[in-house]
Amino acid sequence: MAEVLRPEMLDISSNDNTSSLASSTELLHVLAVDDSMVDRKFIERLLRVSSCKVTVVDSATRALQYLGLDGENSSVGFEDLKINLIMTDYSMPGMTGYELLKKIKESSAFREIPVVIMSSENILPRIDRCLEEGAEDFLLKPVKLADVKRLRDSLMKAEERAFKNMMHKRDLEANDLYSQLKRAKI
Amino acid sequence: MDTLIAQLQRQFRDYTISLYHQGFLDDQFTELKKLQDECSPDFVAEVVTLFFEDCEKLISNMARALDQTGNVDFKLVGSSVHQLKGSSSSVGAKRVKGLCVTLKECCDSQNFEGCVRCLQQVDIEYKTLKAKLQDLFNLEQQIVQAGGRIPQVDI
Repeated sequence: MAEVLRPEMLDISSNDNTSSLASSTELLHVLAVDDSMVDRKFIERLLRVSSCKVTVVDSATRALQYLGLDGENSSVGFEDLKINLIMTDYSMPGMTGYELLKKIKESSAFREIPVVIMSSENILPRIDRCLEEGAEDFLLKPVKLADVKRLRDSLMKAEERAFKNMMHKRDLEANDLYSQLKRAKI
Repeated sequence: MDTLIAQLQRQFRDYTISLYHQGFLDDQFTELKKLQDECSPDFVAEVVTLFFEDCEKLISNMARALDQTGNVDFKLVGSSVHQLKGSSSSVGAKRVKGLCVTLKECCDSQNFEGCVRCLQQVDIEYKTLKAKLQDLFNLEQQIVQAGGRIPQVDI
């Protein structure tokens, strides 16, 4: 007589490589972009103190290079690049933070990554424009520890929700398979 | 009887409070101190050092631009003062930041005399702050060398 397979025993392995912060001890990896040396040092420390892994670059161009979006590199080696958040200054020489935001949202590989714009100027049309383009948030400089904590908490919640949804989906698939097997009287 | 450590700590506390009350420093400097700990014990000193380097570089750029008599690039001066305003804001250099605001206004209205005067003030102000912070850091060092702890100062 065939052994009755319970749903929990079925291994529905997913091809989805979603790494989950809820189940792992991975830190949030933040890419910070700012042309000011003082601000780079400051944001790096803010993020480290908030238990984030940080990569800091001094221009939008370098950010694109890092992400492999500058057209010079193929996507080799960038599949493993896991960035959870991009924080960029708005006013930078060359490419602005706004232009960087647009480039990221145009990329299929990185458009899901939340992008936060930082600016020392409280200009409403600027803020609107950034949010319309898909910015996750707009922070007034100098950025506060509380701002970073709030961001990190909301990102962790989003990841946890994604993880829970994935697990729920697996449960449903397992249950579905179990029902099929039962009907087939295996 | 007051020990050396207690004396130094009192000096440190009083000096810190005076820097805030006289408007040299604001809240943001307090935020910087919060980010300093045993893992990063020189964080504040490192950031302000970068700031003073910024001051030197940007002020020199602006002075050069203002020196081009008859052909002053006010856009350049404007973007330099914007940068300086940003970094002074990030470290809590309240007076320097205030002067940057004034300088920016002179620049926007292409007020040459105003720019020159203001830039001189910015130069004096950052050097004053630099000296005062050096005194503050020296006091910290003295406390530590005497075997004491640097007191937390609530403004």
